[in-house]
Amino acid sequence: MKVIVLGLGNILLRDEGVGVRVIEALAQRYVLPAGVEMVDGGTVGMDLLDTLAGCDHLLICDAVKTGAPPGSVVKLVDGQVPALFQTRYSPHQIGLSEVLATLTLTDEAPAAVTLIGIVPADLDLGIELSPLVAAAVQPAVERIVATLRELGFPLMPGRES
Amino acid sequence: MTRITIDPITRIEGHLRIDCEVDNGKVVNAWSSGQMWRGIEVILKDRDPRDAWLFAQRICGVCTTVHAVVSVRTVENALNLEVPLNAQYIRNMIITAHGIHDHIVHFYQLAALDWVDIVSALAADPIAAAKVGASLSDYRRNSPSEIRQIQDKLKAFVGTGQLGVFASGYWGHPAMKLPPEVNLLAATHYLQALEYQRIANRIVAILGSKTPHIQNLAVGGIANPINPDSQSTLTLERLFAIKAEIDKLSEFVNQAMIPDVAAVGALYADWTGYGAGVTDYLSVPDLPLDTKGVQFELPGGYLPKGDLARFKPITTYQDAYFCDGVKESVKHAWYEYQGGDRALHPYAGQTNPHHTAFQDNGKYSWVKAPTFYDQRVQVGPLANVLAMVAAGHEPTKRHLDRVLEIAGKVAGSPIPVAALHSTIGRIAARAVRCAVLLDSLQNQWQLLIDNIAKGDFETFNRPVFPKGEIRGFGYHEAPRGVLSHWVVIENGKIKNYQAVVPSTWNAGPRDDDDALGPYEASLLDNPVANPDLPLEVLRTVHSFDPCLACAIHLVDGKQRPIVQIKAFG
Repeated sequence: MKVIVLGLGNILLRDEGVGVRVIEALAQRYVLPAGVEMVDGGTVGMDLLDTLAGCDHLLICDAVKTGAPPGSVVKLVDGQVPALFQTRYSPHQIGLSEVLATLTLTDEAPAAVTLIGIVPADLDLGIELSPLVAAAVQPAVERIVATLRELGFPLMPGRES
Repeated sequence: MTRITIDPITRIEGHLRIDCEVDNGKVVNAWSSGQMWRGIEVILKDRDPRDAWLFAQRICGVCTTVHAVVSVRTVENALNLEVPLNAQYIRNMIITAHGIHDHIVHFYQLAALDWVDIVSALAADPIAAAKVGASLSDYRRNSPSEIRQIQDKLKAFVGTGQLGVFASGYWGHPAMKLPPEVNLLAATHYLQALEYQRIANRIVAILGSKTPHIQNLAVGGIANPINPDSQSTLTLERLFAIKAEIDKLSEFVNQAMIPDVAAVGALYADWTGYGAGVTDYLSVPDLPLDTKGVQFELPGGYLPKGDLARFKPITTYQDAYFCDGVKESVKHAWYEYQGGDRALHPYAGQTNPHHTAFQDNGKYSWVKAPTFYDQRVQVGPLANVLAMVAAGHEPTKRHLDRVLEIAGKVAGSPIPVAALHSTIGRIAARAVRCAVLLDSLQNQWQLLIDNIAKGDFETFNRPVFPKGEIRGFGYHEAPRGVLSHWVVIENGKIKNYQAVVPSTWNAGPRDDDDALGPYEASLLDNPVANPDLPLEVLRTVHSFDPCLACAIHLVDGKQRPIVQIKAFG
């Protein structure tokens, strides 16, 4: 079984990049076991096709607007992940939804998709997270660790934890 | 008079809004509006110029590689820093492989669905499709069995009701005119293209140490040590693995993509009469062959009115003609310049946002309007191909001749080079450039191997920043055309940074003289059969390969569809 932990977002737009910041924190604090790969996807779309092809479980970390207060950490699974097969819910038109739809066409789509989302507070230009969302990084990391544990991949703390 | 607003244009990166006024079935006025602010310039201020490329590659999700490469070139230009040959060759291989990837994706995954009817392909006869394929080339993967297999796969996919990537197609639109068997042949190659664009991307990943964000660049060269004997470096084994991938790409591009583009173009010959727009073209030379950037494998330059005889080449990384000609206007863009709103040179460029309502005669876009010696210019593969033909570049002439020959055969009459000044011409030129890049990728691979064989393992020259102010510019002929970055450095820190990107040249709004930008001008006189289904407008806009990224891609948990097409009678 192969799991990809995919951090998404634009790190130049503060909280929009929180998905990337969370997986950076994950890699600093834990040693990833064999079978789990971490990918900093940035805002990339079709370039990810080769990377994501054939993974069994895709665990996405990204900024999401759910109506919950900024800094909330939410977990969506499979059909709840709106980017999944309904296209056009994101201004990023050749975004992840396109990649997943294309992988469906080539029979290489992940069997399961989980999204750990963080509700952003500030999407202005800048590379620092807002204080509310910075405080959500650690809880988001823990949600990812818990999810990986459920999938049979317990993580060991790394040197910097 | 009907006004059409398409917001956003789909199957592109970023957020672009197009407004058209349609009268008697034709576009009579057009506005191109970038709907997202790009502010890399603000983020880079006061940073270390050696780190600029790491931020610059986050500007855009599609063009990470091109911004990274041009950013290091820009700082090197300011320092007059030479770049070792190995580093030039490896960078050249990365950008050619990236360009090939990008051009394949554009034609098959992004543009083709405006011309190829997938639903019609499902009903076609695979044997007839194979016959069409055999009449165009001797491509190995045009067999009836392979075509039938892919058709079955498509049928099963569409049968699930999850149209996915095909959801936004205009199936059955009266402007869709290909015979079913041609639709099926193109649809077959659509699926195969997914394999080949990944091969091209894999080459970028091997050389760039990682994708989507390459890791191996440095101001002064690259960070890949070369040691033929060490497993942890760029070894001969890895280089020969790349060669095998290049050969696979070559088969697909030359035997499938070039014939497809030529045949589809010929069957839509009426579209050589639409979409010319701005016919002053600008491109830059690329693939440096020396350490200083005075010799290039691919030529570029300025081509006024598409007249090959008046071609003026741009020749070096120091080229004053290029450097002095570029300005950006904000008269119709949501910015303001301190000291008056007249167009500014990028060294003096400012990025002060000033948002207003969408004003037809005032400000209406986040994209600035660049000019070259105060004229609008079109950039992109068409500009580059025409420049290379004007400069006498043999591989370009050879591939272009082949496209025109196949197209002429399918159309039943000769197709002149002048047909390229059009919507369909932009698509054809992109395929020609893809084939040219493949030749170049092979050549750069050989140059690298030969240089290593001489015992040269140099990959990096250390940059040293002087006290005081220095400035520089860097350029790259990117998949969508001329990309330039401009930097002013003071005491080793960035004082000003401006990126003039390809889609700014093409998608920009009106300028100081109210002249239309290339997207806008190209839409005038386009036919529109049904304002509610403006496929023809999308054809012309998509032919530029728009990329307005920078980019919020936030997942909206409320599942709100955000594509709107509004037609007001």
